[in-house]
Amino acid sequence: MLSISCNPIDINNVTDAVRDLRAGAVVLFLGTVREFTGDVQTLSLDYEAFEDMALVSLTGIMADASSRWPLVKTAVVHRTGPLELGEIAIAVAVSAAHRGPAFEAGQWMMDTIKQQTPIWKKEIYADGRTEWVHPDAAPSLPEEDRQ
Amino acid sequence: MKIAVQLFAAACELAGKSTVSVDLPESATVADLRNQLVEQTPNLKPLAEILLVAVNNQYAGDSQVLTLTDTIACFPPVSGG
Repeated sequence: MLSISCNPIDINNVTDAVRDLRAGAVVLFLGTVREFTGDVQTLSLDYEAFEDMALVSLTGIMADASSRWPLVKTAVVHRTGPLELGEIAIAVAVSAAHRGPAFEAGQWMMDTIKQQTPIWKKEIYADGRTEWVHPDAAPSLPEEDRQ
Repeated sequence: MKIAVQLFAAACELAGKSTVSVDLPESATVADLRNQLVEQTPNLKPLAEILLVAVNNQYAGDSQVLTLTDTIACFPPVSGG
């Protein structure tokens, strides 16, 4: 399962998409909207995706995870548009025969998505300010893309 | 050649539009595109050092040569998840 959508994420659907009789382990990661970053209070987030490229990026990350670890299935759903505090922005699910690869692949997929997939969040703060979040450093690109 | 460049997130907001047309010589590179884009859209200057370029849905290095049929996007470092 892979999708980018402005609709709320159904975590049962995402989990069921990777459940399989060959799997003894299912790991589900949820990224949720946090109220405080240090002392700064967030009211809501607004996510924007470059959808065509994001789908290419996520497809590649899911395939890479499956070649690096012995996985059964993977699923990624990312939400776009305005999100309230506590809502789910991303769900990543991984299944494998054993828990080790499932945990490791889930963490790697999430880290890689945050570095590479063209999706951005805008913070809407309690003090009225808004800010696009973007790290100052260039992303860590796959080896074949370095020039 | 005139190339349409899609902008996203802070780049779109600063430029005030989601697509800009950039006029480039034949065999122009990604670095040429970035320079020309910031020159003709000065509002993008705060992002000039960090803007990323994607060609045909893949990140592109500065030396990559562009062609008229490429699909090109420009945006700041990503922050999804």
